[in-house]
Amino acid sequence: MRQSLRGIWVIAYRELLRFSRERSRLASTLGMPIIFMVVFSEGLKRQIGALAVGVDFVKFMYPGIIAMSVFINAIFSGLSVVWDREIGFLKEVLVSPLNRSGVVLGKALGASVIALFQALVMLALAPLFGVPLSLRIVLELIPIVIVLAFSLAGFGLLIGSRMRSQQGFQVLVQMVVFPLTFLAGVFFPVNNVPRWMEIVSKLNPLTYGVDAIRRIFLVGEISAASRNSGHSIIGVTVFGHTTTTIEDVALVGLLGAALLIGAIFSFNRHT
Amino acid sequence: MNHEQKTPSVSETVISTAGLARNFGHTQAVKGISFSVAEGEVFGFLGPNGAGKTTTISMLCTLLAPSAGEATVAGFDIRSKRTEVRRSIGLVFQDPTLDEYLTAIQNLRFHAYAYGVPKRVRDERIHELLNLMELWDRRNSSVREFSGGMKRRLEIARGLLHHPRILFLDEPTLGLDPQTRHRIWKYVLDLRRRESLTIFLTTHYMDEAENCDRIAIIDEGEIVALDRPELLKNSLGGDVVTIRVENGEGAVAELFARYELSASIEGDGVCFKLPGAEEFLPGLMRSFSCEILGVTIRRPTLDDVFLSLTGHSIRDDRPATGQQLRRYLNTPGMKSQLN
Ligand SMILES: Nc1ncnc2c1ncn2[C@@H]1O[C@H](COP(=O)(O)OP(=O)(O)O)[C@@H](O)[C@H]1O
Ligand SMILES: [Mg+2]
Repeated sequence: MRQSLRGIWVIAYRELLRFSRERSRLASTLGMPIIFMVVFSEGLKRQIGALAVGVDFVKFMYPGIIAMSVFINAIFSGLSVVWDREIGFLKEVLVSPLNRSGVVLGKALGASVIALFQALVMLALAPLFGVPLSLRIVLELIPIVIVLAFSLAGFGLLIGSRMRSQQGFQVLVQMVVFPLTFLAGVFFPVNNVPRWMEIVSKLNPLTYGVDAIRRIFLVGEISAASRNSGHSIIGVTVFGHTTTTIEDVALVGLLGAALLIGAIFSFNRHT
Repeated sequence: MNHEQKTPSVSETVISTAGLARNFGHTQAVKGISFSVAEGEVFGFLGPNGAGKTTTISMLCTLLAPSAGEATVAGFDIRSKRTEVRRSIGLVFQDPTLDEYLTAIQNLRFHAYAYGVPKRVRDERIHELLNLMELWDRRNSSVREFSGGMKRRLEIARGLLHHPRILFLDEPTLGLDPQTRHRIWKYVLDLRRRESLTIFLTTHYMDEAENCDRIAIIDEGEIVALDRPELLKNSLGGDVVTIRVENGEGAVAELFARYELSASIEGDGVCFKLPGAEEFLPGLMRSFSCEILGVTIRRPTLDDVFLSLTGHSIRDDRPATGQQLRRYLNTPGMKSQLN
């Protein structure tokens, strides 16, 4: 048990040390969501305008971008395993007395801290995009980001435990993770899209993650009246039931826990 | 120094294997090897590329499960007591395993944390090892900026950080230039004196294997010989002497008649083997009936041992630099430039 705990913090410590020493990674982590935010919001603001009473496109997209960057950062914990395998460092870890589950959870923790850091940076920039902030938003965002990050890290690590090359992992991210992210309602509400896309989106667990974060920001802005009329821009409506924040988070969290356990097993078997 | 400590029968066995084997699909990388290593020994595994050296080390270090056989390392079974084995050993892999984005000292700290080295020991030990490996001045440089030899030295320091009982070195000098190889060996032999450490290393350099207390010669997954280097070389029947004489056949007959040496004619020389050739030759030269025009003595090398045991040479993949240069100079373009 003590061995596990030490493993978690040692591995997480190195993830963060790495992150802080790689300027390019730091820059792209912080830069990418801001670029997305500026380009999309400026580019589409006039075309789209208000999506609901009091909610313009920028306010709608902003939480989506936070969710997206949390996903990407967390999934990259898997890339970090592949990278360690390529440079040989993974052997140094595997031959040490640290146990495998500690290593997996440590990678997930490291990625989650980085994801949270990024979410907080985005949060600090909220006034720039005209998004109002409150203490309630900050306090709700932190635990939800942590749950989502751990869950997605589970997914990334499950893949990373089997992959041998970084290129392979990058291809997977481009072919699977990016499409799933775009279909998760980052840029548009999933309750009002063509039928096929709606089905795909509602089967996509990321959709619930995006919704959980979006609800934090928009729940106060949308009156009960507009929520009930036709297609809501928050909540995911499945079989007539519109999910709540708790349901969103529970769904992603449970799936994530299963993925993390899977990652630990896979890591034990394949190394 | 206490003499009793030096006799192998008294010292404790720290590695022992019985029928240890590993297959990869249909390839039998290691075919059931048995040996034991005593505490404080420098034990070498000598063999060509693909002989199964790395596979053996990986099994002993618990990174690879054996297909068959048993082994204990530091008294712990490599299958059932993996964590205990890992705690008792230090390992320097054949390929680098440093995090090049971190500094030397950050790599060492990570290792100390991972092995739970207590804080009060940690910084002192890091200082001591970096000094020993002559890297203290570069402790805050990124490993990326290190040369191959510096990286290897850092890895050796890291492997020793947690005071292991056994240090495994997989081809510690592979790809390094001769000076650096020499230095690495100096550290290894120094270390053995300073810490009561057992060193298990692999190499495919003959000259390096000579530094080991005992070596196992391994070829195609099997140990073909295991002994002290001098004894292995002596087993070939001594030094190879070639004398040049006018009458070869007469010399062969005389050598047999007077000394019972079975000599043979090779080229324009007469060849025979005997131990201690230096002492023998002066007497021979004084009293030999035909005039001796020239003498060469060649001590058998481990390569000769390997050749006689396996029928092939261990040095297969390294063309001599002289040859390379000559080939280069013989290319037509080069010649005209030189003229
Ligand atoms: N992971 C592996 N998968 C398949 N074959 C392997 C693997 N590792 C080693 N081998 C094979 O096992 C044999 C021994 O390899 P190795 O132990 O690396 O030799 P050495 O270290 O003595 O050069 C070689 O034929 C090699 O191709
Ligand atoms: Mg090898």
